[in-house]
Amino acid sequence: MSDQIVTSTKPESWDDQRIEIIIGTLLRTGVILAASVVLFGGVLYLLRHGHEIANYSTFQGEPESLKSPRDIVHGVFGVSARAIIQLGLLLLIATPVARVAFSAVAFAIEHDYMYVVITLIVLAVLSYSLFSS
Amino acid sequence: MNILEFTGLVALGSLLAGFLGALTGLGGGVVVVPMLTLLFGVNIRYAIGASLVSVIATSSGAAAAYVREGYSNIRIGMFLETATTIGAIAGAAIAMHVSGNSIAIVFGLVLLYSAYLSSRHRDEHDPNQQSSKLAKKLKLNGTCPTPQGKQPYNVTGVPSGYSLMFGAGVLSGLLGIGSGAVKVLAMDQAMKIPFKVSTTTSNFMIGVTAAASAGLYLNRGYVAPGIAMPVMLGVLGGSMIGAKILVKAKVKVLRYLFAAVIVVLGIEMIFSGATGRL
Repeated sequence: MSDQIVTSTKPESWDDQRIEIIIGTLLRTGVILAASVVLFGGVLYLLRHGHEIANYSTFQGEPESLKSPRDIVHGVFGVSARAIIQLGLLLLIATPVARVAFSAVAFAIEHDYMYVVITLIVLAVLSYSLFSS
Repeated sequence: MNILEFTGLVALGSLLAGFLGALTGLGGGVVVVPMLTLLFGVNIRYAIGASLVSVIATSSGAAAAYVREGYSNIRIGMFLETATTIGAIAGAAIAMHVSGNSIAIVFGLVLLYSAYLSSRHRDEHDPNQQSSKLAKKLKLNGTCPTPQGKQPYNVTGVPSGYSLMFGAGVLSGLLGIGSGAVKVLAMDQAMKIPFKVSTTTSNFMIGVTAAASAGLYLNRGYVAPGIAMPVMLGVLGGSMIGAKILVKAKVKVLRYLFAAVIVVLGIEMIFSGATGRL
């Protein structure tokens, strides 16, 4: 039993830990960046529309300009507060995707090729469902 | 209610959603959807869009802390995620042919029973618990920080855990919410993974699963910036606080909290199924 514990803890070397710290830092940076963009757009939005009445009881769907990444970026340059918020949300959506991509790199550095393949499968399915819609 | 008040109140409620979501590994949707629809009269589709944003925000907001502390097991998460993402695509494909309402009711009942199962204490670092051969081959065993220092754990029940994860994916494709609960239950009950590792690894996985369907919801116009903005900021704040608390919290307390939240989720599912909201 005891030798089993040793073999199961061995792969968790400082190498593993260092990679986890790098991924943690990347995640935090991505989240802070996304939150700053949303906050900036949000303040602008509240300054412009704060005193209007909030009404979301019927579904109208967001306009075309707030749906696709390209149109959102276009709106950001026109200083549209809503487009800036959507850009921040796109950055937020990108963080888990980036985490999976970086994990593939991390497993490759560790020469753990079984997990490089597993991670690439997740990334492929993720990209398929993100871009097929 | 004007937009300023709406934004402030939604952000406050989302703070709680992120806090509970990070602690339980369920994401913020459990709180966000009923809050928006029942309290603020928001249309269900906007609420689902906001719920998706809240799940990703909980996941990424808490992840930095969990990764650093060494709770979440990235190998377990990545391996099981292959089942969940493929299941989600299958679920979305069959969604047109089955009734979401009856599934929601059955799922709600299953959750109520699961709440009872998961509230029971179990020895998480039992030295007599053997690792299955498959778990060893897939390098799923790991260590987890405890008050007594880092303790190793052995994983078992890989095939049943993997099948449950596929089911979790199908459910999230069909119903949009609720898959976090199945993920935690599969790891905790079927695979005998320590509870904190189960919830933090689920926390990683729900972010990836939600990101997969984000493109679809954005495209359908479900994501309204005026709602998503306070939800995201509130949930992020709440999840960061939740992540700090989880590190110090007793497993027993977390189990009771998890059980309480999935009872609420179960009732929510039965209610929305019975009233035909899905």
